Amino acid sequence: MPDPTPTQAPTTTWFASPDDAVARLGEVGYLADTATGTVGFLAGALEKPLLVEGPAGVGKTELAKAVARAAGADLVRLQCYEGLDEARALYEWNYKKQLLRIQSSKDDQAWSETHDDIFTEEFLLTRPLLTAIRREEPTVLLIDEVDKTDVEVEGLLLEVLSDFAVTIPELGTVAATRRPFVVLTSNASRELSEAVKRRCLYLHLDYPDAEREREIVLSQVPELEEKVAGQLVAAVGRLRELELKKAPSIAESVDWARTLVALEIGDLDDAAIDRTLGVVLKHSSDTDRAVRELRLRA
Amino acid sequence: MTGSGLLQRHLSFLEALRGAGLPVSLAEDLDAVAALGAVGWHDRETVRETYAATLVKRLGHRPTFDTLFDLWFPRMIGGGVAEQGRAAADETSSEPTSRDNAAALADLRERLSAALTSGDEQALAALAAEALGRFGAMPGRGPGLSSWSAYTALQRVSPADLVGRVAQGLVDGGLDGEAAERRAGGRVGDFTRRVEDDARRRIAEEKGAEHVADVAVRPSLDRLDLTTARRADLDELRREIYPLARRLASRLTQEQHARRRGPLDVRRTVRASMSTGGVPLVTHHKPRRPHRTELVVLCDVSGSVASFARFTLMLVFALREQFTNVRAFTFVDTVHEVTHHFTPGGDLADTMTALAADTDKAATWGRTHYGRALSRFASEHGDAVTSRSSLLVLGDARSNHGDLALDVVRDLAGTARHAHWLNPERRRHWDTGDSAASAYGAIVPMVECRNLAQLTEFVHDLAR
Ligand SMILES: Nc1ncnc2c1ncn2[C@@H]1O[C@H](COP(=O)(O)OP(=O)(O)O)[C@@H](O)[C@H]1O
Ligand SMILES: [Mg+2]
Repeated sequence: MPDPTPTQAPTTTWFASPDDAVARLGEVGYLADTATGTVGFLAGALEKPLLVEGPAGVGKTELAKAVARAAGADLVRLQCYEGLDEARALYEWNYKKQLLRIQSSKDDQAWSETHDDIFTEEFLLTRPLLTAIRREEPTVLLIDEVDKTDVEVEGLLLEVLSDFAVTIPELGTVAATRRPFVVLTSNASRELSEAVKRRCLYLHLDYPDAEREREIVLSQVPELEEKVAGQLVAAVGRLRELELKKAPSIAESVDWARTLVALEIGDLDDAAIDRTLGVVLKHSSDTDRAVRELRLRA
Repeated sequence: MTGSGLLQRHLSFLEALRGAGLPVSLAEDLDAVAALGAVGWHDRETVRETYAATLVKRLGHRPTFDTLFDLWFPRMIGGGVAEQGRAAADETSSEPTSRDNAAALADLRERLSAALTSGDEQALAALAAEALGRFGAMPGRGPGLSSWSAYTALQRVSPADLVGRVAQGLVDGGLDGEAAERRAGGRVGDFTRRVEDDARRRIAEEKGAEHVADVAVRPSLDRLDLTTARRADLDELRREIYPLARRLASRLTQEQHARRRGPLDVRRTVRASMSTGGVPLVTHHKPRRPHRTELVVLCDVSGSVASFARFTLMLVFALREQFTNVRAFTFVDTVHEVTHHFTPGGDLADTMTALAADTDKAATWGRTHYGRALSRFASEHGDAVTSRSSLLVLGDARSNHGDLALDVVRDLAGTARHAHWLNPERRRHWDTGDSAASAYGAIVPMVECRNLAQLTEFVHDLAR
């Protein structure tokens, strides 16, 4: 069995300081606040997984991608969903291929030989968690939307994220030679287990303040006039104050900006808001409510 | 962490966090120390975020954390540089001025109004400190000691009266009337909070942060008493309820979830095995049967549990998104079905408004009468409860000494697949006065549910 502890672990310096994190994320188009910069720096420096929680569309997934861009690392992504299991998350034996090998093996071959043959690298299907651990290059491992999995998967994550090592009974233990930068995201549709939370650094991402949102929108849609950007961000702010089923997120602000540019709307007054509200609000009950409360059709 | 002073502060800060209900583990303590070693102590906001990232893993705990952080790592000492400057100016001016006089008050209100209009954060922080320093100082219990009252300072400065002026200023700046009104209100609210924070900070300087933490820090959200929760707290609670409702829903339907796959579909499996020489490499399964559990909620909406009722109706609303079959009833002395208010995909605010208007129908006489309400329920809506139902009763079991209709309850609980009773009253008050907690609890398992932590616990225990 190979030695699970690598002799010399190459370390990656992800960010030099919290300020460096903010600056370098900014260079690759991700506008981070102090909290995000600090936590991003710490996740790299302490080699601890980072759990990012918050409503949909506030930049949780994008943060992981931006870290990869900023550090010149590759992104390995595990998208979670209900029913995700070890075979999809970690590894699986390609048993169709194994079966074909057994059937085609010569009669005189001993079973033990065949057995040794079919539990080798060739028959192993690696999934994102194992892939990320085995990579020798700097890697960002994004475990996206953890709250969508079943609770058992958290146990698996906990194991992998504690030691950054995976034991495959037939092959031995595979330990990371270089720890990936791990980002877990959650929309908090359910509470994650205390154990997972204890293991991670925690960042709650929320809707940005008006100034930062304006910067984000303008950086993504530079064709938008500054004045309209201000109006748009103010309107989005008002919408978020209403009790909506799905409050508009940064993604919706950006979509809205693109729409306004495409429609050549140079002044976002009530009539223009009313006309384009469908881009921002996804539920008709929300649209009704917004029209009513903001008195768009006065 | 160098210097025993810093270590001491770190340790007592963690102690205070634990005391306020944050579950800080030893591992997290060590993480914080390592993280602080990496970022250093030179920038206060970085220190704050570093502590938060390593110790605070729930949104609901963040306000408590921030309050305690401000106490243990104060922004400044005493009244700060500004106050010393002012004191010097006061001394050199020819007129004998006291720190607190009408002119000083008018002057401060003038500057406050300007800062609120421009939204100048730094000026507002300084003004909060000044307002407290000048108008919130109270004689202390000994020579050289003073105390601080945010209440007194806010009474004198009365920032709430500035809302109109500030809003007007914002309108002049090009904002529409309603938005201006809202923003002005928000800024005055923030300023009020700053003065309160500053009072805690200064009292902590004199009496120690521990003392203030014990007496003046509100408990974290999940320990908050639901029967005395304030509106703003309820808003925050709402955000916590959705995940909980999802869990409650899945716990109540656990049986079907335990098996992730449906039963084996033999025909499809055999057919598929033809392509692999009759070896069934891939198994096919029948789709899982969708769960049929129904949830029936009976909700006491009488005055004694008003806050709790708001909260439970929110819970029902959230549950409605998970269970297709929810029937909800409110009662005081009679019972009234409110299911139709919970339309799927409906709007929470509208629903709560409609429900509030509708609660009148749950009361004919206005005094809680469990026996009458439950009998009514059984006779008019008894068919709602079947062997597939989970029955959830929410209420304090205080029935003004009326008849309890225990037989009716026994029938309902016997029919339902599960029955649970959540009581928002402290257990030691059960069976005092007109409480019939034990009588009902003997039939329907009753748990104390005064806060989010207890509700979470209840949901958790349902799985067993
Ligand atoms: N801080 C940010 N800087 C730049 N763009 C951002 C930022 N936050 C969010 N965005 C934009 O919002 C979009 C949605 O973000 P995403 O990461 O998909 O949200 P989440 O994963 O939180 O649901 C991104 O594609 C990006 O364009
Ligand atoms: Mg995402």
